[in-house]
Amino acid sequence: MAAADICDLTLAELSAKLARRELSATEATRASLARTAAIDPKIHAFLRVDEKGALAAAAAADARLTKGRPLSPLDGVPLALKDLFVTEGVETTAGSRILAGFIPPYDGTAVARLKQAGAVLTGKLAMDEFAMGSSNENTPFEKVRNPWDLSRVPGGSSGGSAAAVAAREVFGTLGTDTGGSIRQPASLSGIAGLKPTYGRVSRYGVVAFASSLDQVGPMARTAEDCALLLFAIAGHDPLDSTSADLPVPDYRKACERGVKGLKLGVPKEYFVAGMDREVERSVRDGIEALRSLGATLHEISLPHTGHAVATYYIVATAEASSNLARYDGVKYGFRAPGAQGLRDLYLRTRAEGFGPEVKRRIMLGTYVLSAGYYDAYYLKAQRVRTLIRRDFDAAFANVDAIVCPTSPVPAFGLGEKSDDPLQMYLADIFTISCNLAGLPGLSVPCGFTAGGLPIGLQLLGRPFDEETLFAAGSALERSLKVHAKRPPL
Amino acid sequence: MIDRAEVRRIAALAHLALSEEEEARLAGELSQILSYVEKLKELDTEGVEPTSAVSARAVFREDVVQPSLPAERAVANAPASVGTAFSVPKILE
Amino acid sequence: MPSTAQRQIPREGTETWEPVLGLEVHAQLLTHTKIFCGCSTAFGALPNHHTCPVCLGLPGVLPVLNRQVVEFAIRAGLALGCEVRDTSVWSRKNYFYPDLPKGYQISQYDLPICEHGRLTLPSGKTVRIRRIHMEEDAGKNIHGSDGVSLVDLNRAGVPLLEIVSEPDIGSAQEASDYLKTLRAVLMYLGINDGNLEEGSLRCDANVSVRRAGATELGTRAELKNMNSFRFLRQAIEYEIKRQVGVLEGGGRVLQETRTFDVAKGETKSMRSKEEANDYRYFPEPDLPPLHVSKPWVDRVRRELPELPAARLARYRSLGVGTAEAQVLVDERALADLFDRTSAQYPDAGKLAKRFANELQAALRDAGLTLAEQKATPEAIAKLLALVDEGALSGAASKEVLLEMVKSGQAPDAIADAKGLRQLSDLGPTEAAVDAVLARTADEVARYKAGKTQLLGFFVGQVMKEMKGKGNPAVIGEALKKKLG
Repeated sequence: MAAADICDLTLAELSAKLARRELSATEATRASLARTAAIDPKIHAFLRVDEKGALAAAAAADARLTKGRPLSPLDGVPLALKDLFVTEGVETTAGSRILAGFIPPYDGTAVARLKQAGAVLTGKLAMDEFAMGSSNENTPFEKVRNPWDLSRVPGGSSGGSAAAVAAREVFGTLGTDTGGSIRQPASLSGIAGLKPTYGRVSRYGVVAFASSLDQVGPMARTAEDCALLLFAIAGHDPLDSTSADLPVPDYRKACERGVKGLKLGVPKEYFVAGMDREVERSVRDGIEALRSLGATLHEISLPHTGHAVATYYIVATAEASSNLARYDGVKYGFRAPGAQGLRDLYLRTRAEGFGPEVKRRIMLGTYVLSAGYYDAYYLKAQRVRTLIRRDFDAAFANVDAIVCPTSPVPAFGLGEKSDDPLQMYLADIFTISCNLAGLPGLSVPCGFTAGGLPIGLQLLGRPFDEETLFAAGSALERSLKVHAKRPPL
Repeated sequence: MIDRAEVRRIAALAHLALSEEEEARLAGELSQILSYVEKLKELDTEGVEPTSAVSARAVFREDVVQPSLPAERAVANAPASVGTAFSVPKILE
Repeated sequence: MPSTAQRQIPREGTETWEPVLGLEVHAQLLTHTKIFCGCSTAFGALPNHHTCPVCLGLPGVLPVLNRQVVEFAIRAGLALGCEVRDTSVWSRKNYFYPDLPKGYQISQYDLPICEHGRLTLPSGKTVRIRRIHMEEDAGKNIHGSDGVSLVDLNRAGVPLLEIVSEPDIGSAQEASDYLKTLRAVLMYLGINDGNLEEGSLRCDANVSVRRAGATELGTRAELKNMNSFRFLRQAIEYEIKRQVGVLEGGGRVLQETRTFDVAKGETKSMRSKEEANDYRYFPEPDLPPLHVSKPWVDRVRRELPELPAARLARYRSLGVGTAEAQVLVDERALADLFDRTSAQYPDAGKLAKRFANELQAALRDAGLTLAEQKATPEAIAKLLALVDEGALSGAASKEVLLEMVKSGQAPDAIADAKGLRQLSDLGPTEAAVDAVLARTADEVARYKAGKTQLLGFFVGQVMKEMKGKGNPAVIGEALKKKLG
């Protein structure tokens, strides 16, 4: 099989071919590495490639596959990881200069589980610094390009993850989602991405941004691919006190369920003035497709939607300001040279090591937690968060899942929004509530703009009901076949 | 709303050194963002519990010693170390 | 409201001042592992040999709570008469320091595990305990050379209990008594080793003064890290005088942190610039709220050991004097040894005196701690029996005890080896008396004529004749019989 054709396979298709020994893991890995070498100079999705490690893992996988004893459906499948995931012996920077040169002495749990499943890890992917951003422009490194239009952003903060999958450099990736950072780039880059329920996947070994919001999730070409990845990494972890002790269902099987009788809520607050017309039409077409497949549609209201962004930017920045205090030049990473005394060391290391968006959020978070402001901001925001959660609880009394757009706009141009932080924050409007409520959310491609830019449709579900999301997302994909289209690279 | 003195106070708490230009810019940006989040005041949250840790169950570890990292690995990433201790400049009086 | 038994410092020509004191004690818990990771808490390892990604604060790590820490906190809370909360919450206390790897300490702020307890001092005074909470210790900064500090994170993550009293303490002596009493309770519970010098038990004192009879509290200064009972008293006494001096001079006391300069005997201000630290407390998002069930608390209550106050009462009821009982109770290991020994020696009062005096002296002279000393309960009981039956004099028994403590040998063996046995037998004593009286005819005559104080002279001579091995009481009796 030609290398380019190999790369066009979905993860599920590759897995089947590996199991049937039509392809070897080494061939697939070489194809992936070759495509990365050829294409990534235009995309800049990768921060570093680990060719040696990947080929060694592929060889080990082949030894198992030839004996007919794969560890899992992921055995021998080339994947890559957002550079927020701590990987033993492989530099991990969280997309920041302040962690330059940090070689972790341990693997995070999700990473370890992928390795235990036999996956081949080819490298670390670019991201907005410390996962703060929606365009992958908050970076001291080369900005990632959207494979569908190299003058545009792939979305963020898991921009490198989305682009690497869309450009067919790897068969799947792990990203993280705190306010939409898996779903939004998935939508802008034309792939599938899932933010699981909070607690579904361990956060141990994920560089923390906002502890009560961060979640690890799969990003791949299809919902089914995401299901295979989620199955491998989900489940209780004794190293994460917030991870849920619940059984992991067969997510792949759920993809085949279909949507007959499924009650879908359509939130009126999510179809607003200011939305891109093409996005709205494409998403409505997708919703209509689901109805024709057997789902019923119900208008619902999520009244506190308009307060979600404000709530998020208080809670997330507060937690981040605390989580990022450990980056101080003492134990790892960058240390500003020539410091005069300890205080100077702290001040200059952090000033030189952090980018402007990170500093902005640290400042905001520090402010809202500071004496005299805690009640008015942080405590207030945590109460509003409860109201937002109650909106969803009320809605889910009547519907099984909620369907809406992922992003109000398709991929925008590099530099277009980066001057106005608040504008950038408002772009998260459709994804953010889901993080605040701890619910699962899946974005699947549902169409393109006239200019060929991907549009995503979002499904939100009850806690720990990723199965319903996979059922609906997969059914939609089978119907629309949007994921089959290739970017013009 | 947030003036430069306030920016300096917050930056000191956060241990961030800011240039003059950054101070001025942040004063504006933070003011703008804080004005926006003021909208939360519109909502009546009387009697509403704050969302605490999202999971409800307590999780424990048993009091059994686990292997530590070898000390050399513990300091392997340190910008400066002396033997197996981290090294930092003294606090200047 | 502070209680009324206050010590007042009269000043010339001015009103009197009332010291108002509260103590904050940090106790390292005797768990095997740290509070949020499985690293060993054992003391004395080389720098960073007991660290892991979690307690190093590496990117991506998360805390997991050691159940034993909660168990110990409940024990302490119950022993100190506190309410144990069924739900308590973890908080982050945010500040920057090299020995604080995450840039925040996980502690409990709003909702600590225990509240509203009390501790009764030997004087009968009750000091209320405001709260007890759990938190993680920081690492250690060691001064290096050439403008450099070294950081050892072995101690980072060791579990601490913070015990905060209400400002009910009225004098430096009372503060010392409070610390002593609290220390004994913690050691009795087996949760802390009571070591002030090495810092596994740490004490800060909040000191303020106000005019006698006033109800509002004055501004307080915090004296940090008083690492002995003596320094605690001295520092507090100095600070009270200092504050009174400031106020009488028309000045104001600053709310600040101070340390005690041992050499000068003065308290000194610690920080001026970074004074008001805004810790930006918020609930720890990585840990769920802690639920402590009633069955758990009830079980801990059932399993509480006999506490110092109860033990003291028991000793008193056995006939032990108050002072001796207090000495025993002040050190649990000593009281435990006493209990085992008194099972073999019926006179508790007498035994307690020996423990309080001779045994303590022997340990000091041998340079051994109670844990190191080798005398067994059986041996000690036997030693006392030997004295009771006259086989050993008081002085000789001290020498034997010292050897027992060092070597663990039985008292008989030691007495024989050193030739310390008293000759209490009548035969040899009378023979010696006869010999002495035979050659001291003048003195005998003078004694019989009425100089009865010469008895002492005769006893001395007989003792010399017996080469020091005589039993003075037996000698005295024999002399009286022979002299008439």
